Amino acid sequence: MKKSIKSNSILRNFVMTVLISSMAFMTQAKELSGAAPDFTLKSNQGKNIRLQDLRGQVVMLNFWASWCGPCRQEMPLMDALYKKYEKLGFTILAVNVDEDSADADGFLKSVPVTFPVLYDNDSKVSEIYAVDAMPTTVMIDRDGNKRFLHRGYKEGYEIEYEKQVKKLVRE
Amino acid sequence: MVREVVVVVTNLLAINATNSTPFFKAFFVLLITVNSILMSAVAGTLPVDSVDILYHRFDGGGMEIDGPFILVRKSIGTQVSVNGHYYIDSVSAASIDVVANASEYTEERTEVSAGVDFLHEKTMISTGYTNSEENDFVANSVFLSIGQDFFGDLTKLTMGYARGWDEVGKIESDFSEDVDRQIYKLGVSQVLTKNALMGLDIETISDEGYLNNPYRSYRYFDPADSTKFLTSVEVYPETRTSTAVAVRGLYYLPYRASIKGEYRYFSDSWGIDAHTYEVLYVHPFGRQWTLEGRVRHYSQSSADFYSDIFTHEGANDFLARDKELSTLTGMTYGGGVTYEIGQGVIPHVNKLKLTLLVDYLKYEYDDFRDVTAGGGLLPAGTEPLYEFDAWVTRASITFEY
Amino acid sequence: MKTHLIIGLLLLSLVVMSGCSGIKPWVKPYERNNLADPIMSLDRHGAAGSYIHHVYQAREGARGAEGGAGGGCGCN
Repeated sequence: MKKSIKSNSILRNFVMTVLISSMAFMTQAKELSGAAPDFTLKSNQGKNIRLQDLRGQVVMLNFWASWCGPCRQEMPLMDALYKKYEKLGFTILAVNVDEDSADADGFLKSVPVTFPVLYDNDSKVSEIYAVDAMPTTVMIDRDGNKRFLHRGYKEGYEIEYEKQVKKLVRE
Repeated sequence: MVREVVVVVTNLLAINATNSTPFFKAFFVLLITVNSILMSAVAGTLPVDSVDILYHRFDGGGMEIDGPFILVRKSIGTQVSVNGHYYIDSVSAASIDVVANASEYTEERTEVSAGVDFLHEKTMISTGYTNSEENDFVANSVFLSIGQDFFGDLTKLTMGYARGWDEVGKIESDFSEDVDRQIYKLGVSQVLTKNALMGLDIETISDEGYLNNPYRSYRYFDPADSTKFLTSVEVYPETRTSTAVAVRGLYYLPYRASIKGEYRYFSDSWGIDAHTYEVLYVHPFGRQWTLEGRVRHYSQSSADFYSDIFTHEGANDFLARDKELSTLTGMTYGGGVTYEIGQGVIPHVNKLKLTLLVDYLKYEYDDFRDVTAGGGLLPAGTEPLYEFDAWVTRASITFEY
Repeated sequence: MKTHLIIGLLLLSLVVMSGCSGIKPWVKPYERNNLADPIMSLDRHGAAGSYIHHVYQAREGARGAEGGAGGGCGCN
């Protein structure tokens, strides 16, 4: 004598749960305010780079690691964005958080990028920026203020990046 | 915060109005609670697109079973990943059960599945269907599971429910009986430190229906001659409920290696208590070669209604002589080697992995005797205790895209 | 009765967890390189991994609680 499955009510509960719960989710980009903390890090272009020296340019500060899949995924897209807007006073600083920079360099050999890569081996800058997701992108305007924050990367975020860069470059 | 409370209360009232079992209500309430309260904009990632082709082989206990196992995963867009598998068990020899009873055995079992993973922000919902068929047995099952990352992705909670329907048959017979199965799973994995991870899993399985093997019999002393035995068809309870709780820890060793320890406790309504201990050591050499070694110890106490030989026919309400329900110990010693090729070597392939795993299994039974020993001439109940060993081989090639 | 008990317990954990949402992750996302290493995966072998569980289930009385997932890079 088989028991019947109360599948209809279970299914309905489940669908309701997902729909109602999805109302609680935050959007992926957040607006920020306040000065972007200054820092100096070694770069892959030989010299040290200081954030304050870039005042007057729009800076896209990106925290990434060689072991982070979504970080690696967005690198070529960031490179395309850099090439497109560089002449308008835009730069990308990709802060690598690998403890061993050799891992980062190994990745960059197979996926080369033209923007500067900075090495934050002991995570000092990641701490200052309270990085709580990998990757993290902070958009900094020409006055050195933090304007937008992106936590994580999913396909389609680069459209948001471009929108924000366009906006900041015009200021 | 007010909005979250309203959401939770609304859902609770709605769920209470249905006929769902207490577990379901608990399941959904926990899910809503987690979603509403623990806010985090970060989410998990879909499984990587891959094709996994395995050749598996079991050689021992008089049996030879081998076949392919192909597992495919493909993502569609950024939120959905579909998967499927195809598996065959091809049996080319006979185990002691078959040799002792001279009964027919299945030659081939085919299993297929199809499933979907759906990622919505921080929640991963997985569902799938599996079908397994051999010439005297059909099994169908469906599952649904939900996974959630929180506490900054340090904790992952997974809850699952599965339902199975088996049709037990006999070759060249109209015999057909059913089994209905329900499975509840709860899993938590927790990042402890930069180098340590632990997991806890709980699984409860409830079966109802015809739970024995229609070919197997129990034996009892022949009332006419106590050095001989007679056989009769097994009688099993119509239900079985079991719970397994497992804890596992994984630790990263500073010179780049990992060690994993697992313990599982199992107990069921048939009186079986089992303990499983396993240790796995993984040692990579550079970025391409990895070696691993593992040891596993398993022990179980017999089912209440199990006996190698009963005093007389119908001695108990339930009578079984399935060696899987006896008192036994199993040891496994295994090793493996993996070779990986990364991005750039093969176009479109991110990773190619070749793996060879070999395990040596040894099972010793404390209250199951080998009736074929001594040419079947030994007095009933004095035959040597049964034991067997087996080699299990797994050779696979995995492509990741 | 059992239902009310379960829901009651969960409402209690709701209150507790809302306090817990203030807990900051003690392993930062940028400190996860060891956890993200493939050798730290609870499920390294996919098909091969699930096959060996099937071998044991077919020969032993115990079943269940064989696997898990988690840890990793915590990305996204």
